Amino acid sequence: MNSFTTVRNALPSAFAALALLFSVGACTKKTDAPTGTTSGTSDSSSASTAASGDEILIGEVGSLTGSEATFGTSTRDGIDLAIKQINEGGGIKGKKLRVIVLDDQGKPEEAAIAVTKLITQDKVSAILGEVSSSRSLAMAPIAQSHKIPMITPSSTNPKVTQIGDYIFRVCFIDPFQGSVMAKFARNSLKANTAAILRDIKNDYSMGLAEFFNDTFTKMGGKVTVIQSYSAGDVDFKTQLSSIKALTGADKPDVIFVPGYYTEVGLIARQARSMGFKVPLLGGDGWDSEKLTEIGENSLDGSYFSNHYSPDDKSPHVQKFIADYKTVFNRIPDGLAAMGYDAAMVLADAMKRAKTLASEDVRAAIAETKNYPGVTGNITINKDRDAEKPAVVLEVKDKRFIYKETINPS
Amino acid sequence: MVEFLQHVINGLGLGSIYALIALGYTMVFGILQLINFAHSDVYMIGAFAGYYASRYFGLADSPGLLSLLIALGCAMGACGALGFTIERFAYRPLRKAPRINVLITAIGVSLLLEFGGQIVFGADPKFFPTLYSAGNTLVFGGVQIEPIQLLVFVVSVLLMVALRFIIFKTKAGRAMRAVSFSHTNAALMGIPVDRTISFTFILGSALAGAAGILVGLTYPKIDPLMGVMFGLKAFVAAVVGGIGNVTGAVLGALLMGVAETMVIAYWAPTYRDALAFSLLILILLFKPSGLLGSHRMEKV
Repeated sequence: MNSFTTVRNALPSAFAALALLFSVGACTKKTDAPTGTTSGTSDSSSASTAASGDEILIGEVGSLTGSEATFGTSTRDGIDLAIKQINEGGGIKGKKLRVIVLDDQGKPEEAAIAVTKLITQDKVSAILGEVSSSRSLAMAPIAQSHKIPMITPSSTNPKVTQIGDYIFRVCFIDPFQGSVMAKFARNSLKANTAAILRDIKNDYSMGLAEFFNDTFTKMGGKVTVIQSYSAGDVDFKTQLSSIKALTGADKPDVIFVPGYYTEVGLIARQARSMGFKVPLLGGDGWDSEKLTEIGENSLDGSYFSNHYSPDDKSPHVQKFIADYKTVFNRIPDGLAAMGYDAAMVLADAMKRAKTLASEDVRAAIAETKNYPGVTGNITINKDRDAEKPAVVLEVKDKRFIYKETINPS
Repeated sequence: MVEFLQHVINGLGLGSIYALIALGYTMVFGILQLINFAHSDVYMIGAFAGYYASRYFGLADSPGLLSLLIALGCAMGACGALGFTIERFAYRPLRKAPRINVLITAIGVSLLLEFGGQIVFGADPKFFPTLYSAGNTLVFGGVQIEPIQLLVFVVSVLLMVALRFIIFKTKAGRAMRAVSFSHTNAALMGIPVDRTISFTFILGSALAGAAGILVGLTYPKIDPLMGVMFGLKAFVAAVVGGIGNVTGAVLGALLMGVAETMVIAYWAPTYRDALAFSLLILILLFKPSGLLGSHRMEKV
């Protein structure tokens, strides 16, 4: 057979095979199978709850594998610690909590499958997750339509809680986070010009970029260029070359890179090797020890906003850090702290709720006021978002050093 | 103008990486008429072999040419052995089966390596150590060239020349071409068909191993699915250049790299992958055999 006919024959099958390749990924990995069948409420009336029996089941969806794996594993560890402490303290209304964790491999479609399974098959009473806004946005409509309360620990995109009245978060939102870095750049770094390099496939990154742009411009600064990449890219030299080509008054004083740590690490390396000296700025998506593993020292002198700093000297924060260290043998990152707080806020609401029916739990979460979380005092506002300050951390010698706290205005 | 030239250089750098992988695709196809989908995953294994070798020997502590060569040797060795194993156990039993069966098997092997890799190495990205620092960035009239880009470019061209030499000037190469023409006739002429095919696979896979190391040095984030997108692009590059043609693979890959860079620079980065496949369709519409592909007549 000659090469011409083979190419013609092989290509359709090659593309069919590709379709196969993408569909094969669609199996959800389960890390904690429920033992025994779940309790009596087998009628699938959605508003009822599975809280009969002596256990309360809580579903968790996270990226335990995939390119943002540390987000999922850190959050899981934080939640595990919280659940362990609650159970050791006697549980809630005489019942123990048990978490069923499903892995979504970092894909929104997997997150939707996982949350459907948790609600319809495992009949969980509440959902914790996801870290990423894109995946929380895929999960929230499902939780809302089944009227199961969902608390996302760290999805900061505003759209997430706008899905419905059963969706909550214990973190601040992107308009605030974006404005934090804009304020920091204008006031503390005295930057007049900024470049933005955002991840176009990521709701979180796009949101942060937009709000940074708004605030920075309002405060008299100028965003001279907005460049984009797609999650999963490894080569950013083209975008960086375009930024580098700016001269004179357009030359950026800072570059805002509101992406996730995997890409940010590579971007920083490539930026430094191309001779960029200006600081990079980012959001809580930078918060992973992998950031400096991939980026090495190229991130020194860069800053990002985060939910908490391990340098916080408050006793309950230091107790959390010590407890976490005994169990997991490392310092908790921001996402572990957020996972811990999300589980604690849920448990607190369940304690206060009249019954464990989902509408009562929902109402109790909505009433959360000044809960002393390790990431700050948590008050759920009428938009079901948490109002709390953000911290700015500096990257230095592969460590994240506390720089300043910026309060919501 | 400087900015445009910089984009061209970046594009050539990216294209040389595609070229490294495309060479292996095209060579196996040229000899066996088999699209070896597992090739891009062999390249991933090469990167991980380099990663573990450098950890085992502590190469990252003493970066230099020697460390690079040791890592290259380990990766090429591991990939060569893997290529031999894949051919021996997955493809050889299907030698007489219809071509589509072998293609599906190739995809099976590819999935096995990708998801097996997630189990063995873990799905989170690993950081590839800096084994070789090729010196400072070179600047020519405002245009920056990174030494590592230059290295990858030179290596891919050298490998292309070496492959052409092996295929057209050596006895083994003559055997490969004979096997490509007809298995039966080659066997009748006393050519060890199985051994020649094994040799082809080992050579192609070792190339993938080298590519894994060089990509790891350029973009130091490696994960078990790193081969998927690069492999697809390299495959498209090989088809665009005329699959089966070694020079065409390099040409197609460079074209692809520059085209992608231009899309990001002057259009929208979201369309870069769309462009890769549009390019494939366009070129195949007007030149079905690819840029340098030969238009041989069907044998009667």
